[in-house]
Amino acid sequence: MNERIKPIVMPKWGLSMSEGKVTGWLKPAGSPVAPGDEIVEVETDKIAGVVEAHETGTLRRVIGEPDTVYPVKALIGVIADDEVPDAEIDAYVAEYATQAAAEAAEEEAPRTHFIDTPAGRLRYAKRGEGAENVILIHGFGGDLDNWLFNIDALAEAATVYALDLPGHGQSDKKLADPSLKGLSAALLGFMDALDIARAHLVGHSMGGAVAARTALDAPGRVASVTLIGSAGLGDEINAGYTDGFVQASSRRELKPVLEQLFHDPDTVTRQLVDDLLKYKRLDGVTEALTALSGALFAGGRQADQVAQALAATDVPALVIFGASDKVIPPDHAQAIGTRATVEVIEDAGHMVQMEKAARVNELILAHIA
Amino acid sequence: MTNNPFPLSRDELLTAYRTMRTIRDFEERLHVEFAKGDIPGFVHLYAGEEACATGIMMHLTDIDRIASTHRGHGHCIAKGVDVHEMMGEIYGKVTGCCRGKGGSMHIADLSKGMMGANGILGAGAPLICGAGLAAKFRGDGGVGLTFFGDGAANQGTVLESMNLAAIWNLPVIFVVENNGYAESTSVEYATAVDSYVDRAAGFGLPGVTVDGTDFFAVYEAAGEIIKRAREGGGPALLECKTVRFFGHFEGDAQTYKAKGENDHNRAHRDCLKLFGARVTAAGVVSEADLALIDREVAALIDDAVETAKGAPLPGARDLTTDVYVAY
Amino acid sequence: MARMISYKQAINEALDLEMRRDPTVILLGEDIVGGAGAPGEMDAWGGVLGVTKGLHAKHGNRLMDTPLSESAYIGAAIGAAACGMRPVAELMFLDFMGVCFDQIFNQAAKFKYMFGGKAKTPVVIRAMVGAGFRAAAQHSQMLTPLFTHIPGLKVVCPSNAYDAKGLLIQAIRDDDPVIFCEHKALYGSEADVPEESYAIPFGEANIVRDGRDVTLVGYGLTVPRALTAADTLARSGVSAEVIDLRTLSPIDWDTVIESVENTGRLVVIDEANPRCSIATDVAAYVAQNAFGALKAAPQMVTAPHTPVPFSPVLEDLYIPSADAIVAAVHKTTGPVKSAA
Repeated sequence: MNERIKPIVMPKWGLSMSEGKVTGWLKPAGSPVAPGDEIVEVETDKIAGVVEAHETGTLRRVIGEPDTVYPVKALIGVIADDEVPDAEIDAYVAEYATQAAAEAAEEEAPRTHFIDTPAGRLRYAKRGEGAENVILIHGFGGDLDNWLFNIDALAEAATVYALDLPGHGQSDKKLADPSLKGLSAALLGFMDALDIARAHLVGHSMGGAVAARTALDAPGRVASVTLIGSAGLGDEINAGYTDGFVQASSRRELKPVLEQLFHDPDTVTRQLVDDLLKYKRLDGVTEALTALSGALFAGGRQADQVAQALAATDVPALVIFGASDKVIPPDHAQAIGTRATVEVIEDAGHMVQMEKAARVNELILAHIA
Repeated sequence: MTNNPFPLSRDELLTAYRTMRTIRDFEERLHVEFAKGDIPGFVHLYAGEEACATGIMMHLTDIDRIASTHRGHGHCIAKGVDVHEMMGEIYGKVTGCCRGKGGSMHIADLSKGMMGANGILGAGAPLICGAGLAAKFRGDGGVGLTFFGDGAANQGTVLESMNLAAIWNLPVIFVVENNGYAESTSVEYATAVDSYVDRAAGFGLPGVTVDGTDFFAVYEAAGEIIKRAREGGGPALLECKTVRFFGHFEGDAQTYKAKGENDHNRAHRDCLKLFGARVTAAGVVSEADLALIDREVAALIDDAVETAKGAPLPGARDLTTDVYVAY
Repeated sequence: MARMISYKQAINEALDLEMRRDPTVILLGEDIVGGAGAPGEMDAWGGVLGVTKGLHAKHGNRLMDTPLSESAYIGAAIGAAACGMRPVAELMFLDFMGVCFDQIFNQAAKFKYMFGGKAKTPVVIRAMVGAGFRAAAQHSQMLTPLFTHIPGLKVVCPSNAYDAKGLLIQAIRDDDPVIFCEHKALYGSEADVPEESYAIPFGEANIVRDGRDVTLVGYGLTVPRALTAADTLARSGVSAEVIDLRTLSPIDWDTVIESVENTGRLVVIDEANPRCSIATDVAAYVAQNAFGALKAAPQMVTAPHTPVPFSPVLEDLYIPSADAIVAAVHKTTGPVKSAA
């Protein structure tokens, strides 16, 4: 292939994504682009997102037509320098289609696994073969798919695990100990079961507090912590979100609750709401979430604080918040103080790792390097 | 103390009399009040048949279930449903046992094991099989009894249910209250067999026919088959041959009856008179004892009627409540 | 975890899980075990189409084969429900309601109201509905409207295996009488179904496909038909939203109205006969409550006003087809194919 020409392809966001729809181009053909620039909006049946440029150059071809569905890895645009002749680009586009088809045939979608632990049967995904271990820990009511924009990028540098905490996703729904300590114990049990001696813990929201708690209680097992929109760094939390999530039983009730998670509420698709409803309907989930929410966030107050204790350790800490986080106030990012690397990202809400995946991935990769 | 020749104690005899008298006064009073136009809809009076309900129900407790008929006031009273709540219901008041939504034909009190009077003839038979099934699964020793008249005895539901109760050996009793009339049509015309016991035999069920105006005959026959069912012996049929003092419903001119038939029945086949004569003749109970009960019951019914008349009506919001547990 | 199983397996699994969870759940019906008292094997059938197969081995005498006496055993299920059990009675074909309807609509449906709110009757009546089996006029009807007409009854008709399991679990846990309609032509259809128990609340329609130009409303078999029609329409530039009502009583008016307010067009698809049907009900409700949003008259695609015919060529004509749905949509969009 022509190395002067860089493809923009339909991304694969998450394990189950096989196709996506181009909903609109944010840059017209002919625009200069630089890494991080938002180029094209894509919608999957689960979530809407933006494809960012990874190269510097000119957007030479806009191939993906708005409102049209393309398979994952299909060529939807081309970036190249201005001096690359049109003929070379046309040849590249023509050749790309045949090559993509051949590649698609050999790749089978990776599946998730289950492991029996003292906290019950837990589901997890494992990607990559790097020397360092990274464990991704989702937040309250979440699951391993919350990392769909991160797991593959991080897997290029590490062995990445993403688990469903007890009571969440497809893991067992019973919670032996619905507390931060209980979740931390479950995480350590998970690490034992998979013979993970030591790992970088990346936690989102409640998962951040779990990561921090684990670093405090078992410092030998934790190489670093990355706390994203994390709980445990301050007092307040939006009870309208946590209670609303527990109580919502219909699409109509749940959608406005989920919209609080994102900077752009349109990110919440009907399928995302339906998937969460399917989870919430499972026997035991409401009980698990009610127990956790009561133990951790009763009355809009966070029961467990980890910032001060963490500040007193030498565990490397990265703190990332979305500037428009509506669940946990973004000023909690400063709680650990100067010892932590802190980044508050504009135009992102509580799900900053999804909304600004490229930047978050970059920060994590630098942090664990 | 006089020797008691009856299978009931003196107190039980007084209770039986009080129940029968309460039913009688309740129905006689409704007859009067209905004619005044204060009672909505239609009512079917049980007067004359009191010994059937009372003789059977004295063997039951609240864990036992009954499915009643459109002519259900007597069953309700004998099963322990509150007389004031019944009267309130018949007057369509919110104080009624069904909050004024059921009326005479749908009086129910599940806490007393009274699964409802029923406007559909023969409908109680399948339902009581379910009650029997539930009792069997629970193993609580409860029995179910379904009442129906000589008319509803010809419903397919009754016949299907006898078969079902027989093959599943359910603790269920089929009680035919044969007053001779299916509305206005005679039993001789509408029923091909001479005895409903013959019907039961066709399903392999034991059956017995008793004089339904004789409290003691009903009491003894019912006691035997209820005990048998309670102990796992299975279903049976009890036919009580009885009389209906009034018409099918209030307002029925009863011209299909023989001239003087009601007078004859009241004179010679009144279960209350027959009961009173037996117990006083034996010296177990005195005329004064019965007269005292008569006065107390009269006062109770007076109070029930006055209370019902003065009770509040349902409000507009009651129209749309109680359709579902949740919707 | 979830795996692909059929609509029929999903129903079997829901019954199994609820019988394990709640000892008051019992099953009654003709041949639901199959072979009761016969010299050959027990559980020979597990229901005429094998839906309850295997449950007898797990739950023994909590499954009871009944004599062919629908009034008696449907009534017994209702009576047992009024006495604290949670019976699930199988009526085999919903067409058989004719021989036991009194117990359903005069007894089960009425107890709560007639008795002033003091009764509850948590019974489920499962029955096969729908055409497509060459089973002719008395084994193929979609009689849902007869039941939705009756206050006190809930009426459910799942279109896929996921919904079948969650709606049946809800039906069993529900304290009101539920008519659970299983479309026999969908028994083999597969979907991703969690192994765990879950209950789908009644009265919440499912938007199975988002669209902008027209709202297609259906239930049961008409949902996959509507999806096929939506694919065809997409190729001609018409974006169809497909709503699966899932439960017909209660019914989720809000989702239908919201969708029509977005699309401006309504096509209701109902396998029932056209008069006083789910289709007329939805069309009338939308006309009354979202008239201003409508860009065209609502259209209905239903079975004709005839019994279900036997001959395959006639039966195929009888059932609402994807082509008929596309044609109805084109009536709402007019000659301009693309409404975008």
